[in-house]
Amino acid sequence: MNLTLKIWRQKNAKDKGKMVNYQIADVSPDMSFLEMLDVLNNQLIEKGDEPVAFDHDCREGICGMCSLYINGEAHGPDRGITTCQLHMRKFKDGDTIYIEPFRAKAFPVIKDLVVDRSAFDRVQHAGGFVSVNTSGNTQDANAIPINKQDADAAFDAATCIGCGACVATCKNSSAMLFVSAKVSQYALLPQGQVEATDRVLNMVKQMDEEGFGNCTNTGACEVECPKGISLENIARMNREYLKASLKG
Amino acid sequence: MSGLLNSSIGRKFAMALSALFLMIFLLQHFAINILSVFSADAFNEASHFMGTFWAVQYLLQPVLIFGVIFHFVMGFVLEIKNNKSRQIKYAKNNGGANSSWMSRNMIWSGFAILAFIVLHFIDFWIPEINIKYIQGDMSGLHNGEFRYFYELVEKFHSPIRVTAYVVAFVFLALHLLHGFDSAFQSVGANNKYTKALKGFSKVYAIGIPLGFIFIALFHHFTGH
Repeated sequence: MNLTLKIWRQKNAKDKGKMVNYQIADVSPDMSFLEMLDVLNNQLIEKGDEPVAFDHDCREGICGMCSLYINGEAHGPDRGITTCQLHMRKFKDGDTIYIEPFRAKAFPVIKDLVVDRSAFDRVQHAGGFVSVNTSGNTQDANAIPINKQDADAAFDAATCIGCGACVATCKNSSAMLFVSAKVSQYALLPQGQVEATDRVLNMVKQMDEEGFGNCTNTGACEVECPKGISLENIARMNREYLKASLKG
Repeated sequence: MSGLLNSSIGRKFAMALSALFLMIFLLQHFAINILSVFSADAFNEASHFMGTFWAVQYLLQPVLIFGVIFHFVMGFVLEIKNNKSRQIKYAKNNGGANSSWMSRNMIWSGFAILAFIVLHFIDFWIPEINIKYIQGDMSGLHNGEFRYFYELVEKFHSPIRVTAYVVAFVFLALHLLHGFDSAFQSVGANNKYTKALKGFSKVYAIGIPLGFIFIALFHHFTGH
């Protein structure tokens, strides 16, 4: 396949940045999208140009590092995948592909397609954990009975890999799907309920301080989430937050 | 509790509560207006009751006006805040791939509804307030007969006004198609009944505006 790539190039966080056109030839439909970018970068290096910086790590859909907004969609035109799981067979010979970084005030661009998603870490640090007493008499988690329905829902919420596709795709750059997944995975389990009030209040406060937008329930996040995190988690977080606000 | 309205979830909750209140009001407004199709007398009686009963006039009406203003102001405030959360827009954004047009354009359907409410107030509410509270005539009579049905029919003679009303109700339907079940999601109601609720929301969102369109067209074409 011969393709035209329109890629966001930005030297550093302070640079204004712009879209730059590249032509790439002989792309195999069996390549992954990131392999295609590797080939482009090899060509750029051979020509003495600066390669395109982009995030990647495991390349098997579990680490959440590869971001990229491809042809107007987070992780490109496929469902339930990260960018590293996207293959060139999804495109046609002669296509023009727009490749942009995840856009949000809370995710500033570091270079080219690499964005700083540490806002998610700070939200997580604000309450996305269970304080375990490790003095030697900690109860075995498996000894606490939990009904199957709650265990399954908590596990589903815990599959969030924090990739940021929900923020990137939301027209408001809202982080509610991510935060609600983290709140839900603990709220559904007895171990998490002890700190439930502080957790939801602190995580939502941090989320707001980071500059994420307000959720308007478009549902785009659920559609684009590579792990299929459900909007039910946002409804649960809303309930938890209102309950906690009334208590607090 | 004090910080509730300063948080994103608190604002979302307040927006949803005002929306639920306005949707109940809309249903009540429709229930009275549809009477005009079946019986002028019934419509006159209901209108006179709503226009003169103290609890409606001095309790519900101020709450309604507050609810409308709150919903619009909060909607615009949220839109401005949300726009600030993404300062550089995407060169290519395929919003239609993952969300409905209605959900992405609530601000525009909201603007259309706001314009309609201004027209509606000029048509009905301001003259009503003038007659009742400035001229002091609480009788509801004109030449010895109730004036409400006559005023309604008279307003729908103009094809321009009827067209404006029809267009506004189309925007209302678009607004409700997202707003109805979105309000329930915002207050935390997403459970086994959600699928049924989504079905009901479509019936409400299309049915109520369609009913209002029918009333306007009925009086325009029948002339009574």
